Amino acid sequence: MQYDIIVVGGGHAGCEACLASARMGNNTLLITGNIKNIADMPCNPSIGGSAKGIVVREIDALGGEMGKNADKSQIQIKMLNYKKGPAIQALRAQADKITYPQEMWKTMCNTQNLTIQEGMVEGLIVENGKILGITLEDGTEINAKAVILTTGTYMKADILVGDTRHREGPHGEKPCNYLSENLEQLGFQIKRLKTGTPQRIDKNSIDFSKTKIEYGDSVYRTFSFDNEPNYKIENQVPCHLIYTNEKTHQIIKENLNKSSMYGGLDDIKGIGPRYCPSIEDKVVRFHEKERHQLFLEPESLYYDDIYIQGFSTSMPHDIQELMVHSLEGLENAKILKYAYAIEYDAIYPTQLKQTLETKLVENLYTAGQINGTSGYEEAACQGLLAGINASLKINGKEPLILKRDDAYIGVLIDDLVTKGIRDPYRLLTSRAEYRLLLRHDNADLRLREYGYQVGLISEEQHNRLIDKKQKIEELKQYLMERKITPTTETNEYLSSIPTAMLQDGITLYQLLKRPEIKMEHIEHFYEIPYSEEIKEQVVIFIKYEGYIVKAQKEAEKMKRLEDKKIPDNIDYDKIPNIASEARQKLKEVNPTSIGQALRISGVNPADISILMVYLKKENSHVNRGI
Amino acid sequence: MEDTIAAIATAYGTGAISIIRVSGEDAILKVNAIFNGKDLENVSTHTIHYGHIVENNELIDEVLVSVMKKPKTFTMEDVVEINCHGGMATTKKVLELLLKNGIRLAEPGEFTKRAFLNGRIDLLEAESVMDVISAKTESTRKIALNQLTGKVSSLIHNLRKKIIEILANIEVNIDYPEYEDIEEMTIEMMKPRIDEIEKEIRNILKESENGKLLKEGIKTSIIGRPNVGKSSLLNALLEEEKAIVTEIEGTTRDTVEGSIVIDGILLNIIDTAGIRATEDLVEKIGVEKSRKLIEESELILYVLNQNQSLNKEDIEIINQLKHKNHILIINKTDLQSVIDVSSYEKEHPIVYMSTLKNEGIEELKEKIKEIFHLNQIENQDFTYLTNARSIAILKNVLESIEEIKNGIEQNQPIDLLEIDLKEVWNLLGEIIGETYQDELIDQLFSQFCLGK
Repeated sequence: MQYDIIVVGGGHAGCEACLASARMGNNTLLITGNIKNIADMPCNPSIGGSAKGIVVREIDALGGEMGKNADKSQIQIKMLNYKKGPAIQALRAQADKITYPQEMWKTMCNTQNLTIQEGMVEGLIVENGKILGITLEDGTEINAKAVILTTGTYMKADILVGDTRHREGPHGEKPCNYLSENLEQLGFQIKRLKTGTPQRIDKNSIDFSKTKIEYGDSVYRTFSFDNEPNYKIENQVPCHLIYTNEKTHQIIKENLNKSSMYGGLDDIKGIGPRYCPSIEDKVVRFHEKERHQLFLEPESLYYDDIYIQGFSTSMPHDIQELMVHSLEGLENAKILKYAYAIEYDAIYPTQLKQTLETKLVENLYTAGQINGTSGYEEAACQGLLAGINASLKINGKEPLILKRDDAYIGVLIDDLVTKGIRDPYRLLTSRAEYRLLLRHDNADLRLREYGYQVGLISEEQHNRLIDKKQKIEELKQYLMERKITPTTETNEYLSSIPTAMLQDGITLYQLLKRPEIKMEHIEHFYEIPYSEEIKEQVVIFIKYEGYIVKAQKEAEKMKRLEDKKIPDNIDYDKIPNIASEARQKLKEVNPTSIGQALRISGVNPADISILMVYLKKENSHVNRGI
Repeated sequence: MEDTIAAIATAYGTGAISIIRVSGEDAILKVNAIFNGKDLENVSTHTIHYGHIVENNELIDEVLVSVMKKPKTFTMEDVVEINCHGGMATTKKVLELLLKNGIRLAEPGEFTKRAFLNGRIDLLEAESVMDVISAKTESTRKIALNQLTGKVSSLIHNLRKKIIEILANIEVNIDYPEYEDIEEMTIEMMKPRIDEIEKEIRNILKESENGKLLKEGIKTSIIGRPNVGKSSLLNALLEEEKAIVTEIEGTTRDTVEGSIVIDGILLNIIDTAGIRATEDLVEKIGVEKSRKLIEESELILYVLNQNQSLNKEDIEIINQLKHKNHILIINKTDLQSVIDVSSYEKEHPIVYMSTLKNEGIEELKEKIKEIFHLNQIENQDFTYLTNARSIAILKNVLESIEEIKNGIEQNQPIDLLEIDLKEVWNLLGEIIGETYQDELIDQLFSQFCLGK
């Protein structure tokens, strides 16, 4: 059997990878341990969130599937940070855990060039540093020009509850036992990571009257730039807010030694995520806090499980009972699934190129949790980029590398391959330097063109983009050309807003710059014959022009450093005076530019100066023919 | 891997002892090869040894050699310092001998560069080394020393710490928007903290500008009508302090007659050419040209004769002085008082003196110190930046703070205000070399004089 591209693993990274590959015209095979678990959401029942919501829109802009699929399956949607600046707003949806995988499965079944097969991959066929295919558990060999590994948490997965450890994947699925050893033999450095998931509670056993209700937004929203809203606002399902209390904390403190992570097991090597700590962690680290917030989130319309966001733990079952029942409203709660932690193998992501191709094995790509990230969205966007780049590579085309000022996806991949990871990597808005440029509302303007170039965005979608860009410019022009003058009537209206009255005539453009002025105020004077989408873009641009220009200048500065390329064959041992830690890190990451080198932790500005002096010297030698 | 370098570390032509500093892998080995005394390769670190420098059994100089092994040295490499006693010619000969033995002559600033690159000092400290070397007066030496020991660095570090706390709070609010338990950084909370940061930066900047005057000297001109005693004043100042009168190298565009140090304050007397030759400066160059001279000066000593009443030109020039640091000097108090300056007493500092009787010099010095707040500075720690680069960056910092305050005024979203706050954090990082700046470092080190 011979395919163009094989994708190993059918989680969120795998789905995007195989769809991108197939849609770009490659004969693609997806191998997964259990077809029923394709696009499964084994942890939280939501898509998006701070920074992640922007990534979902970026995926959509590039021609990926996650945004469209979330729109089809959401049961509540909300704009986070709505009252704050435009740069940090992000969508989050509660996605139905039954509908989401179903819809994704339908899409995949209707995709040309895509074959889906059940199987456990336990070996890689590599010759002369190049991937040739994979070996299944039963010894079957399947060949391909490129292979993308999206194994998630399945490599040597161990489920940890209290003082027990047993080898299995999420939902009691079969883990993948030999692949990471195979990778190790190929020279990869393997890292042990850990993550956890909280209890699921029977909806009917919760006293919701003791909770605070949290609704979805009362305006229609979609992740995808192509979708019209396809739901009813009033049909959205609410979430509920509760708090831990002194009693809960007491139970946790008294039983700390029974938690897998706090002594129950002494062979835990995995490092858990700093940004998504277990409740034990929170109680220990923030011991001065009297309570912690917990969100009760519905998993699906089709069954009764309620997910307790913020309560992940690896305590034994009896202690979990005590913990859950100490919560207000959950005194009589029935636990349907106990919380557990899972430990798994990942690779050090500094072993990857910016394209997500491994440095060790040509045409082998990795994406998602295997690269040390956490989260569905982080996984999906890597899958998409790995799919795109594997396809471009085997078709002899230039790779698609998103820069840090292009997309959060660019930030994420650059962070992974440059800085490596210590614990499971979660995308945060604070990781992006130029977030005013990387807004959720302009993801299409930033990225659709790339999606079109690689062939994931259709002619029609592209025409819509061109039209949108044109209309934005038109409206700016329109506002610049129209003036209002200080008539009595005008000033009366302005002071009623309230805003300063006019002394001289000003353009609508200038008026809109005032923080208190909205587009609806402008519409008092002139009809604005453009869609809400266009108006939004123009308002953001005009209002924050000063800051946007500043961010662009900063990005320009970075670009100059990115443009200073470091030759691939540089020998860091030949450069005198570089600190030894920096030398080792530079050798490990092998950065492609001075800009990237600067971001490596442990490499100081002084080391960079030396490196630059060395490169300059080398250049002048070359120029003088030495 | 790093080659071994050497240079004469003390100033040329002065002092009875000159020091050759050698740094690098082979420092001890190479010095030992020309040293007649203890075996330097087998002595403990940070010890001094008496002996002779010899070449082919010929004695070159009687020396003391300090051996300092890495990493606790200035460059964090092995360092040997040779204290030569035989004058400059001999010192040079010793250096040549080292160079003959395969040691490379250090480039300007290379020792400091190595100290910086090896992580021994930060950028600000590196700049201070240069300041210590070129400090002309006691006061500037104190400032420079303080930078060297990291006082300014820690001041900047503290400011950055305050800023990063605000930044972190904002970030956590953005990333965990629904967590009510985390205190939300609001504009109201941010404002007083920004004000405080601004105040601290303005303080550093204000004192730094005085510090800059201290370091670079105060451009001073002595002007007045003929025969009022300008050259006597200059001579009296020179006489009094037995001060250095040197040509300043072509680094300054001003014609400097000489530099006078008064109680640790450096006065660069500018454009006084002719004062000693002729006594009629004002008449010769006219009021128009005096104006230009006044503009260029940071301190104007306007000399008047107590025995003459003010004329039209005097009045015109005195009025021009209002906005400059200046002192009206009423000379010749030994003669009868004719002059009436009562209407100027309020707005102009006045000193009475008799250069003939050598009276009033002390009062003049006090007045100068008062004008530049120097007494105040001397009583405090010298924690000010004296480097033009750092001062320029601080001015940019203030601009960004201004932007933040404008944003606060306009009620801009806090995550946008954060853009400027991050800029402030980055800029402060540039001062202490923690933010990378293109090729800054090489440019910086090329300014250093040889041997440090």
